[in-house]
Amino acid sequence: MRAMVAPPTAPPEPAPAPPGDRRHRSGAAWRSTGLLIGLVVLVGAVLLSLGVGSVTISPDTTVEAFTAFDGSNDHLIVRTLRLPRTVIGLGVGAALAVAGVAMQAITRNALASPTILGVNAGASFAIVTAVFLLHVVTPAMYVWFAFAGAMAVSLLVYAIAAVGRGGATPVKLALAGAVVTALLNSWISGIMVFNQRTLDEVRFWLAGSLAGRELDVFVQVLPFLVVGVVGAVLMAPQFNTLALGDQVAAGLGQRTTLVRAVTTVLVVLLAGAAVAAAGPVGFVGLAVPHAVRTVVGPDHRWLLPYAAILGPVLLLCADVLGRVVMHPAEIQVGIVTALVGAPVLVHLVRHRRLADL
Amino acid sequence: MSGTSLPSAHPAGHRGHRVVRSRWLGVSWRVRPRVLVVGLATAAVAVVLAAWTMTLGDFPVPLGELAATIVGSGSGEHDFVVRTLRLPRTLAAAGVGVALGASGAIFQGLVRNPLVAPDIIGIMTGATLTAVALIVTGGPSALLPLAAFAGAVLTAGVIYALTWRGGITGNRLVLVGIGVNAVMAALTTFLIVRFPIDQVARAVLWQTGTLYGSGWRQVAWVGVGLVVLLPAAALLMPRLRAIQLGDDAAAALGTRVEWSRGGLLLVGSGLAAVAVSVAGPVGFVALMVPHVARMLLGPLSGGVLVVAGLLGAVLVLASDVIAQHAFSPTSLPVGVVTAAVGAPYFLYLLYRSNRGS
Repeated sequence: MRAMVAPPTAPPEPAPAPPGDRRHRSGAAWRSTGLLIGLVVLVGAVLLSLGVGSVTISPDTTVEAFTAFDGSNDHLIVRTLRLPRTVIGLGVGAALAVAGVAMQAITRNALASPTILGVNAGASFAIVTAVFLLHVVTPAMYVWFAFAGAMAVSLLVYAIAAVGRGGATPVKLALAGAVVTALLNSWISGIMVFNQRTLDEVRFWLAGSLAGRELDVFVQVLPFLVVGVVGAVLMAPQFNTLALGDQVAAGLGQRTTLVRAVTTVLVVLLAGAAVAAAGPVGFVGLAVPHAVRTVVGPDHRWLLPYAAILGPVLLLCADVLGRVVMHPAEIQVGIVTALVGAPVLVHLVRHRRLADL
Repeated sequence: MSGTSLPSAHPAGHRGHRVVRSRWLGVSWRVRPRVLVVGLATAAVAVVLAAWTMTLGDFPVPLGELAATIVGSGSGEHDFVVRTLRLPRTLAAAGVGVALGASGAIFQGLVRNPLVAPDIIGIMTGATLTAVALIVTGGPSALLPLAAFAGAVLTAGVIYALTWRGGITGNRLVLVGIGVNAVMAALTTFLIVRFPIDQVARAVLWQTGTLYGSGWRQVAWVGVGLVVLLPAAALLMPRLRAIQLGDDAAAALGTRVEWSRGGLLLVGSGLAAVAVSVAGPVGFVALMVPHVARMLLGPLSGGVLVVAGLLGAVLVLASDVIAQHAFSPTSLPVGVVTAAVGAPYFLYLLYRSNRGS
């Protein structure tokens, strides 16, 4: 528990210090330390996620469930109920946060993130349509529909926003995403009104939750997650070059179109896999990159690993929070992250000049 | 008289106005014949549509018989169908359309962004949240308009407060509104997941925007709301036009900017709430209608506001005809039809405005 409050205080760097060689070296040192602290916090979050819930299980027992399994109730709960949702939370949190960083890097748009681009609405619409039209759709098949929907809609939203000389400005991007989301949501509720069976089958999926997800669904999408995260981390130097502006990047020999295309594929893999595994979980991809950026600065070689660690921390903590506030009932993690993440959006809008967004 | 986008042969300020003066009453009124003509034509279309709607259905009613039944001199054979079922539904549809059209016109004028509507920036979502809360908890349905109104006005207040940083800018209002919208939607989802399926099904139907089951009580709500709010809106129009010149210019012209903006926000939210309380959040009407009004008539004035309302009535009536009869025997919620028509139109608008900028 104590470890959870560590990251905001751990890297105490005054932001407006002049750049210099000495600072650079010491910067690398404290950033590595920060990363280690982040890992410790992550382990804490994992233990919380395994231990807290309708039955509270002590950390010792939690660890014993893996090291010395004795078939007791507590051990069974840890291994069969809490382990899957924790593992899925780890993967999904990392995927969403890394996708957010990558999206913001290639669009140079502070509001670019899976939720704003309509990834969740697209996946939800595809799944509801599939359940409605094809009748027999198992959660294992949700994955592919979620993928297809997420990909199609995010590309559509970005294309709509990017038309014209101004390119995809924050306001255009947010509006295009909001409207496409509104449209798809109205179609979703239209279908669910027709058909109460569909409503009952998908309403829990639509809320976005780590509970009751099958581990084999996660295993299905795991390759995409790994490829996406590793690919994005490898692209970090390219993102740094791109941050200098398209012309400078091209002048330095970067093939900017290629970088954008590859990153788009990675982002779609990550966001699609995340929504397929956990349902529509919003705002992790928006909140985490900005939180991380205030801590480690704009260097993507640090941003990406930090995001990959802090994304799961946020998601697991939100999940634990959802389990305890209405005990013994649960609040779906997607609802908690929206309640935590949307204020971050409002904060961003209030405290940055719009031109910087 | 701005009319900036239209090439005009006449000097600004003289285009198409007649001034009507009354020596005896000591008042004068500036009238644009074009507004009058378009308004009357739109009203005629609305009446024709309304009459046509009422003749259609499982029990077709001939037009002459319909008129006779409404005024009470019919054979009595159609009394129930016309006077208890179809007439209130049609009147409610028209009223909802008027409220949404006027509300949309006010918001777009206020934010000076033609892509903004109460359904995008969270006002209608706020009204939906309080109304859904009332429905799923089994509260008295007589309180529904009150709940929706409270939700809409509170949300508007929250958005206004969060946007305020020594002033309000349109773009910031949009982005904050999208964030607030996400919070309201998350809370609504929470209610949908939390409560038993039978109550939830009712709430989901309501959430799509439907005129199904509108009776005289709903007509009374909408009637009272419009009688109070439309004149207030018309009185505020000169202030809205002053605000459109920019805050400083408006203040120099003697407008109390923040009070006027607050009043406009209140009236616009109130109109949206009236519509929501009767039909649920019918999407995209408030977004589309002001554009059509602007295309036909130019900049906003009291008269244009009324025409926007009438256009809204035409749109909702037409959508309801399609929703009820096009897919017979199933009847769709009207919100699905307005979204199906409205969203592509919006995307076209976004595309065009982006190309222009």
